[in-house]
Amino acid sequence: MRDAFIGVLTELAPRHPELILLSGDLGFGVLNDFIAHFPRQFLNVGVAEQNMSGLAAGLAMEGHTVFTYSIGNFPTLRCLEQIRNDICYHNANVKIACIGGGMSYGAVGFSHHATEDLAILRSLPGMLVLSPCDLWEAAEAARYLLSHRGPAYLRLDKSSAPVTVQHGETFRPESIRTVREGSDVTLAATGGILGEALLAADALAEQGIHCRVLSVHTIKPLDTDTLAAAAAETGGIISIKEHAVDGGLGGAIAESLMEAGVFPGFFVRMGLRNTFSSVVGSQKYLRTVYSLDAASIVRTVSSKLWIAAEVLS
Amino acid sequence: MSSALFSAAKSLANRIRIHALRMTSLGGGSHIGAIFSCADILAVLYGGILNVNAAAPESSGRDRFVLSKGHAGGGLYAALAERGFFPIEKLLTHYQDGSDLSGHVSHKLPGVDVSTGALGHGLSIAAGIAYAGKLKSASHRVFCLLSDGECDEGSTWEAVLFATHHGLSNLVAVVDYNQIQGIARTSEVLDLEPFADKWTAFGWAVKEVDGHDHEALHRALTTVPFVAGKPSCLIAHTIKGKGVSFMENTVLWHYRIPRGAEFDAALAELEGQS
Repeated sequence: MRDAFIGVLTELAPRHPELILLSGDLGFGVLNDFIAHFPRQFLNVGVAEQNMSGLAAGLAMEGHTVFTYSIGNFPTLRCLEQIRNDICYHNANVKIACIGGGMSYGAVGFSHHATEDLAILRSLPGMLVLSPCDLWEAAEAARYLLSHRGPAYLRLDKSSAPVTVQHGETFRPESIRTVREGSDVTLAATGGILGEALLAADALAEQGIHCRVLSVHTIKPLDTDTLAAAAAETGGIISIKEHAVDGGLGGAIAESLMEAGVFPGFFVRMGLRNTFSSVVGSQKYLRTVYSLDAASIVRTVSSKLWIAAEVLS
Repeated sequence: MSSALFSAAKSLANRIRIHALRMTSLGGGSHIGAIFSCADILAVLYGGILNVNAAAPESSGRDRFVLSKGHAGGGLYAALAERGFFPIEKLLTHYQDGSDLSGHVSHKLPGVDVSTGALGHGLSIAAGIAYAGKLKSASHRVFCLLSDGECDEGSTWEAVLFATHHGLSNLVAVVDYNQIQGIARTSEVLDLEPFADKWTAFGWAVKEVDGHDHEALHRALTTVPFVAGKPSCLIAHTIKGKGVSFMENTVLWHYRIPRGAEFDAALAELEGQS
């Protein structure tokens, strides 16, 4: 997703002379092309994320479209107050790009895992929160952000789901993408982990269980209509994300459905449950450890449908 | 600066203090000591240094001003009202329900570029504005007024490093060095000394001045950048609570709200200076 994102910035930078990319001394190798072509539109601000975010606000106040770029929690939690006060309160046109959403950085360790960012960033007034699931969505999200005014957070995952875009489809932040139809259960995923949901849906289809799979690339604003339809038309909703269960995608879905007065048959939040991702391993391995892989999704669906069947019988 | 201008700035500083005394007496909260310590700096800036115009508060050619010590918002509001950015009567809504005049400075008011209040934010924003100015080869300057207490913040020094590295000669930091922070003296909390040496070592061109001497302040601020190609730091040696004898150089008057006999005595002293 990182390369798709930078590819779009590199493609569009000539048409957006106001665009400026700030890096917190990260992006070795991958930013070379951008820097070589647009040296005036790039700044390595050093390992100083608070200053990066304040600078971004100041540049935006002078008419720039600013992207801040770093990994994990560095561009968000480290400088959260600058994001809140300097960027959001001033409605500054700053886009925060996090490379390494969820447990992308695997064995690098928990310090580099972004597993509370969605909950925290979506609570900020005026903040658009994008968390693409595949390479097409990542590129389209980046493209969208260049035309969007105001603060935004772009969470980019190292993993990505298979591209499911249909011919002629356009990326609309206000619309969740239904990447597979089904009526037994809804799997609502955000980030590359959507790939696990699709694998689970394949396995469940062999057992005659048809999952509706939703690619929730935008956490805020959240497409309540698509979720309400899923609640009404399928047996229940399972939210899936490489993130704490508290306040992330599952929390956002629960809030919006409760407020809309729509209640799914069952509701499960799959994610990290009051724990740090402290085990060492690759992103794929960690998904198995924390019960977020396709097999865990299959087990969750099976147990929920079994319970639902028991209740009905 | 002509003597008439000096006299006007002196008078502006006095009016800022009187307005601020009335505003903070309304209750809710007060940083009267911090406002009084920078009232002369604000008066000199708004008395002729800053190229700003109340009729066009967002003009692209204006000098930018970032009050990083946002708790002295009352002082900036008073300066702006005196310069015609909004009616002076509005000042008495400070801290009141439904007002635009929050205790910490708010950009919702004409003439205020940036809202602050959390310390250690302003210099980064000012550096971003200055960098944008450099990219455009614009001629306006960016002034940022900091407290000494916020030089405890690591983020301030991140911005200090950045400004030097990028040669932001259009950026001027003025530090209101009254040597008293929230609940104690800077020397007791985190000693900043040797303060000027620190800024110099970080690559800024530094001058020190008596922050209540209008002529000295004006002289320094008209010679920016102090050195070509470098950001400028003016360390203004000030007295917290300056202007009211019993408020001067005390930790107490960082937060204390002037009421009753204290208010009357303070007003009498300030009116005696006008």
